[in-house]
Amino acid sequence: MQIIVVGCGKIGKAITAQLSEEDHNVTVIDTNAERVRAVSLSYDVMGIAGNGTDFEVLSDADIEHTDILIAVTHSDEVNLLCCVLAKRTSGCKTIARVRNPIYSRGQNYIRQVLGISMTINPEYAAAKEIIKLIRFPSAIEINSFAKGRIEMFRFKVPEGSPIIGEKLRHSSFLNDDVLLCAAERGNEIIIPDGDFSAEAGDMLSVMSLPSKAISFFDKIGYRKRGGIVKSTMIIGCGEMSYYLAQMLIKSGIAVKIIEINRERCENLCSLIPQASIINGDGSDEAVLKEERLSDMDSLVTSTGIDEENIILALYAKDKVKSKVVTKISHLEFNDVVKSLNLDSVINPKYITSETILQYVRAMGNSIGSNVETLYRLMDERVEALEFHIHDSCGLIGTKIMDMHLKNNTLIAGISRGNDFIIPGGNDSFAPGDSVIVVTTNHGFRDIGDIIEDRNPLKDIGEFIGEREANR
Amino acid sequence: MNYAMIRYVLSWIAKVEAGLLILPLLIAAIYREWAVFPVYAAIVALCLAVGLITSKKPKNTEIYAKDGFAAVALLWIVLSVFGALPFVFTGEIPSFVDALFEIVSGFTTTGSSILKDVEALSHASLFWRSFSHWTGGMGVLVFILMFIPVKTGSQMNLMRAESPGPDVSKFVPRVRNTAKILYRIYLGMTLIEVVLLLVAGMPWFDALCITFGSAGTGGFAVLNSGLASYTPLQQWIVTISMIAFGVNFSFYFLLLHRKKKAAFRMQEVQFYFIIILTAIAFITVQLLWQNGVRPDLATFEEVLRAASFQVGSIITTTGFSTVDFNQWPSASKWVLVLLMFIGACAGSTGGGIKVSRIVILAKSIKKELIVLAHPRTVRKVMFDGQVVPHDVLRSINVFIAAYLIIFGASVLIISLDGFSLETNFTAVAATLNNIGPGLDAVGPTSNFSAYSNISKIVLIFDMLAGRLEIFPMLMLFMPATWRRNG
Repeated sequence: MQIIVVGCGKIGKAITAQLSEEDHNVTVIDTNAERVRAVSLSYDVMGIAGNGTDFEVLSDADIEHTDILIAVTHSDEVNLLCCVLAKRTSGCKTIARVRNPIYSRGQNYIRQVLGISMTINPEYAAAKEIIKLIRFPSAIEINSFAKGRIEMFRFKVPEGSPIIGEKLRHSSFLNDDVLLCAAERGNEIIIPDGDFSAEAGDMLSVMSLPSKAISFFDKIGYRKRGGIVKSTMIIGCGEMSYYLAQMLIKSGIAVKIIEINRERCENLCSLIPQASIINGDGSDEAVLKEERLSDMDSLVTSTGIDEENIILALYAKDKVKSKVVTKISHLEFNDVVKSLNLDSVINPKYITSETILQYVRAMGNSIGSNVETLYRLMDERVEALEFHIHDSCGLIGTKIMDMHLKNNTLIAGISRGNDFIIPGGNDSFAPGDSVIVVTTNHGFRDIGDIIEDRNPLKDIGEFIGEREANR
Repeated sequence: MNYAMIRYVLSWIAKVEAGLLILPLLIAAIYREWAVFPVYAAIVALCLAVGLITSKKPKNTEIYAKDGFAAVALLWIVLSVFGALPFVFTGEIPSFVDALFEIVSGFTTTGSSILKDVEALSHASLFWRSFSHWTGGMGVLVFILMFIPVKTGSQMNLMRAESPGPDVSKFVPRVRNTAKILYRIYLGMTLIEVVLLLVAGMPWFDALCITFGSAGTGGFAVLNSGLASYTPLQQWIVTISMIAFGVNFSFYFLLLHRKKKAAFRMQEVQFYFIIILTAIAFITVQLLWQNGVRPDLATFEEVLRAASFQVGSIITTTGFSTVDFNQWPSASKWVLVLLMFIGACAGSTGGGIKVSRIVILAKSIKKELIVLAHPRTVRKVMFDGQVVPHDVLRSINVFIAAYLIIFGASVLIISLDGFSLETNFTAVAATLNNIGPGLDAVGPTSNFSAYSNISKIVLIFDMLAGRLEIFPMLMLFMPATWRRNG
């Protein structure tokens, strides 16, 4: 694809490196000529020195033939303006980094009005990543669908869990709120039907609303293992911690914030009244003892200094019950950080570039098809796809139980407006829906592909094929 | 140094060369030259064998900046050593140094020869000589980069080392696609010239070889008389083709993408044509004025044709000749020598210092004068409407300095052979700038065979240094290049 990256900061550079490695045609734009030179000498990309909001510069970068423009300069306004210009000129997809909460509060509105495909707020994205880890510390993988409104959790069934041995159609755990999408047993992958029952050690992937997930994991026996987080301490409350605290409170987790700056503390009091705010030095052992760090289920260290965060995390590792998350801003020297054996490390810059890359990859996958998002799960053996239902779709109005779905294909969710439906047999599609499909078949390009072909000739062909195979 | 990766790149060059050598093999078959056919066949097999034996892909495919330069220099040397073998084993140029000189002169698009009698060569060897111009003109490495899978950063390290001109310029984001576009333009223009020459009645073998010579701005001819015996029309076609191949290829890219304005605003191309027209006018006037008696330059058309051909041939660093310009008045000869140093545009197939460097140098001299006169003035050197970054200015200055030092040292060494100063001076100028013939004893009607082997090796070095813009060759002589921790 033809991609323009505006802004060669750390994130811009990381994105550029990866995209050019993945064989895209990248042009970078930055006002700093020195930086442009450095990037275009070290990667196989074209560099243009200039302002990304300058139309001449954009047309030098061949904006007419561009598929995606990614604006990641340090200024929100420049990013938004770049995207609008690009969108108007060539109708390309646009991604903007927007970190000012004023803009991100009305995120959807701004996106729609300006025609921007995706806005990303690094702090907000990092907070989202952290809350995933905290809410469900035992999850191996969490993937988001319908723009984060629904998630797919992959986890291991613990020994002695009440879910074991229960047939799916009678299950009291896997009900309307939680849908079992796929199970891995040894090397086998099963898209389960009503007769499936779980065994200890199975890897299950379930689709659920984030708010319903906690009680589900509670029920299937993760509480006994100390796997559910009920309280979190956050040291250092910048923009990211603020978002995080809000999310934690929303999902019913008690939050204690330790912040050194008095003014900020007072400000936070009015912003998040539900949290308990402590004005003190988080790197002071006495303060931590006094605030009973050892009674906390989890800790997030997010002061502005990486070194301090690391030391605090190392100190708290054995004291906190289940999860310690360390925020780090450096992109380099990953090996050093890894060798410290910290519990979980979160890097907002890395998350930002990864999120953008994921979008670009999904777009690359979906060219010429109706697919909105595509995840390859379980060593790429299962695909989870999100389709958009257009007015002309032939399946509108058909009940799911009347659809003849292909083998190993499951409709895992329907997103309608702001609602999310875990579908049962009586549900059906409506125009404008986003439908999530989980399947072991590859290469679906349109929602119509999920239906079994009723072509008689093909049936005969399959019949012959089977007979041959039986011989 | 990532030795394994350099070995891997070199294995590719052997394979590519095997592919290239198939063409002269075909020519040998067409002309039924069964004496040379087995030699070419054996060398194709040898190159292929060497290429395959050494082609194990290393684990670490990273090419660092230093490796890039060394790899490029080594690559050209390996290419030339293999390329010289056919001449040695067919017995047409029995001395290895002579054969190497001839093929280096081919690949670097120089066109200096040590052959006294070109017509004695087999068609296969004549073709191979001219074809080496065509491959060397656009750069072998860029061609190989279309096949080798290397990391993008590593690709840039190779590309930077081979591309002519002060800075790497790309038309589209990826090197690979840029290379494809370049080769498409190159191939297209080559075909046009071949067709035009065929229509103008040139025999097909001559048309091919002459086109290879002018497209790569090389200069090997297939007749002892050079291009003198071709018809005026054919000479005009070659003149225009040579000048066209000396233009920065960005110009054609812009034209193809309907950006006429931007194309004609390119300062380098403007200056290139201004220099050419001025030189033609000067030489024509002088020849008409002072040269009424000579039989081959009797009419105005003949004089204009000879002047245009020679100016085009020298500034693009091709080195074809239709007349013996050694006999011209000395002011005209000096104009030609100046053109040798200026050379073609950056981003073309030509050599020399390059028009853009000369223009930027001239502008920085002007800037320096203004700064001396008004010490507080703030001024930047502008080129193509943009400020020339300090780094580029510095690299141009250093390039000129290195160029002059190599020039001086080379003249000193070859002077030991005892030829005249004019001969030695122009011999180095002609090889370092990849032109071909010089003046006096190395003029268009004679050749380089009289020099000793040591001098020939020095000139071989000069040709390679000139083609690769000096620094890759110097890098080979820096001991730190070869140390792992250097």
